[in-house]
Amino acid sequence: MSEEKEKIVEAPGCLTAEPDLEGYELVYEKPHTFTDVPMHYCPGCGHSTAHKILGEVIQELGIQNNIIGVAPVGCSVFAYDYLDIDWQEAAHGRATAVATGIKRIRPENYVFTYQGDGDLAAIGTAETIHCINRGENVTIIFINNGVYGMTSGQMAPTSLAGMKTTTSPYGRDIKTMGSPIKVSELIANLPGAFYVTRQAVHTANYVRKAKKAIMNGLRYQKLGLGTSFIEIVSNCPSNWKMTPLQTIDFINNEMLHYYPLGDVKLPSKEALDALAEIEKGEKK
Amino acid sequence: MEQDIRLMKGNEAMAEAAIQAGIDAYFGYPITPQSEVPEYLSREMPSRGGVFLQAESEVASINMVYGAAGAGARVMTSSSSPGFSLMQEGVSYIACAQLPCLLVNVNRGGPGLGTIQPSQGDYFQATKGGGHGDYKLIVLAPSSVQEMADFVFLGFELAEKYRTPVLMLSDGAIGQMMEKVVFNHKPLPKTDKPWATTGKREGKHRSIITSLFIQPEVMEKVNIELNKKYAEITKNEVRLEEIQTEDAEYIIVAYGLSARISHKTVDLARAKGIKAGLVRPITLYPYPYDRIGELANKAKKMMTMELNAGQMMEDVRLAVNGKIPVGHYGRLGGIIPSPEEVLENFEKFIKE
Ligand SMILES: Cc1ncc(C[n+]2csc(CCOP(=O)(O)OP(=O)(O)O)c2C)c(N)n1
Ligand code: SF4
Ligand SMILES: [Mg+2]
Repeated sequence: MSEEKEKIVEAPGCLTAEPDLEGYELVYEKPHTFTDVPMHYCPGCGHSTAHKILGEVIQELGIQNNIIGVAPVGCSVFAYDYLDIDWQEAAHGRATAVATGIKRIRPENYVFTYQGDGDLAAIGTAETIHCINRGENVTIIFINNGVYGMTSGQMAPTSLAGMKTTTSPYGRDIKTMGSPIKVSELIANLPGAFYVTRQAVHTANYVRKAKKAIMNGLRYQKLGLGTSFIEIVSNCPSNWKMTPLQTIDFINNEMLHYYPLGDVKLPSKEALDALAEIEKGEKK
Repeated sequence: MEQDIRLMKGNEAMAEAAIQAGIDAYFGYPITPQSEVPEYLSREMPSRGGVFLQAESEVASINMVYGAAGAGARVMTSSSSPGFSLMQEGVSYIACAQLPCLLVNVNRGGPGLGTIQPSQGDYFQATKGGGHGDYKLIVLAPSSVQEMADFVFLGFELAEKYRTPVLMLSDGAIGQMMEKVVFNHKPLPKTDKPWATTGKREGKHRSIITSLFIQPEVMEKVNIELNKKYAEITKNEVRLEEIQTEDAEYIIVAYGLSARISHKTVDLARAKGIKAGLVRPITLYPYPYDRIGELANKAKKMMTMELNAGQMMEDVRLAVNGKIPVGHYGRLGGIIPSPEEVLENFEKFIKE
């Protein structure tokens, strides 16, 4: 390790220190759509990765000044502290109703919600289904980590069968607690769902794919043909009581068996052609 | 100038006034006795402008209102008692996030699913919070079809002036009855809303609409700020009507439909030689405590007439502060007493 590199690593309070980068090649930086507020997410949590790719997408699409986010109640309740865009913070489960109110008033803005599984698929089920059924022209980013992260690991509607949580200490018994809900498959049946996909963010390859999915989900708002829904199978090291590395195994071996990755519903070729036309016009 | 005079139901007059007041959006869910509102607006708004959306529930409606109000819209919802109960969480969020909007509760009989007949049983919910936390709504109580129209304009004016939700607390009778209504309201100018979410425009400070202030010091500050606003509202916005109170020895205090009935009762009492008067609070929050307290210096007794078990009587007692006896007469469950029935009980109360 060169001397300079050591200096940077040792800089006190390295979150805020301005390292001297002369002579270095810039290979990575955080998206310009981010604020300087340090994230509160636990180490290894998928929320931070999902935020990062969302921030990158907003930057790459050049829509930072034209997008309104709706934050949920859950660990990502403070999403508005990190992404430097306009936000509204919704009541628990009501993000899609709030997004509906915003988008109907400001159809020229990109509008998205970012929600956990308790928020979107338990307390907010009705709002989720009806927002998508109306085909609201918004993008929903759905973080499925199988637990209520924020309230310290209670059972979520998505907790796997047998999964131990603080309110299913003997494991989720599907006879009395119901089965984990496959939200993507459920809502894909609604005609208002335009694009439905399930992604993950625990490997570099999955991160790239998830980023593309979010990008498409936002781009499709240019068409106004329905709701885009991006489920991200994520983790919760703190409440799964695992190291971040162990959560990767758990996702691969357990979560992805029940929640297979991939597209559940894709736009038609005509729709994609229409989008290509619109975007050609934008370039001019 | 030719006047625009129409014969309309209270609910329809309110809906028409909403369009004339320039609402950008209405979100609501059907419930008797206010369903004429979404029906009227769904018919009129497509050609006259604005968003009409029938939501999947009152929970969704109020959160759509939150979203639209946060995005800078002039927006309203309406419901009746059980539906308005469902909205309370959202109302608390809206009050804390300081979003202007108009809410309407066409009060029906409760508790529970209750009855579809008129009631004033939601007085406490309307004036003492309703949802969680320390917040207040400006509460306007119309007692005629005309006022259901007028208070839409007044409601939005106050909501936007103070950045606060305003509630029109009507009831099933005022909402359903037909009366003459004159539409001659001054147009409501659009107000500047630099705090609204519009997309973080170039050079603009970004907007965050939230009711989350996790640090206690900050949350306390927000509460103090809210209470400063409520103090300002209390100072400026008390509204009431007085009928024959100058020499009144016995005063009925009543709002909305009850005030109409009690007005007749006062006339009947006067004809019998009783020096009766009526105080009609128009704003239920802020409440006319000072004026009622002043009247208690001269009057001998006060009685509230309410279509509930005596909820507003508590406020009259606070205002009177023990100076004179305060009583209550009311009917429950959606029953409306006649002026004669009220007079009989008023006289009993006077003799007690
Ligand atoms: C009406 C209401 N009920 C309950 C809560 C408590 N609560 C806060 S977050 C949460 C669960 C969040 O879990 P999830 O949506 O899965 O998000 P995560 O933290 O896992 O990302 C609950 C139950 C609340 N804030 N509001
Ligand atoms: S509790 Fe779980 S979901 Fe929440 S930040 Fe920590 S790891 Fe992430
Ligand atoms: Mg969760």
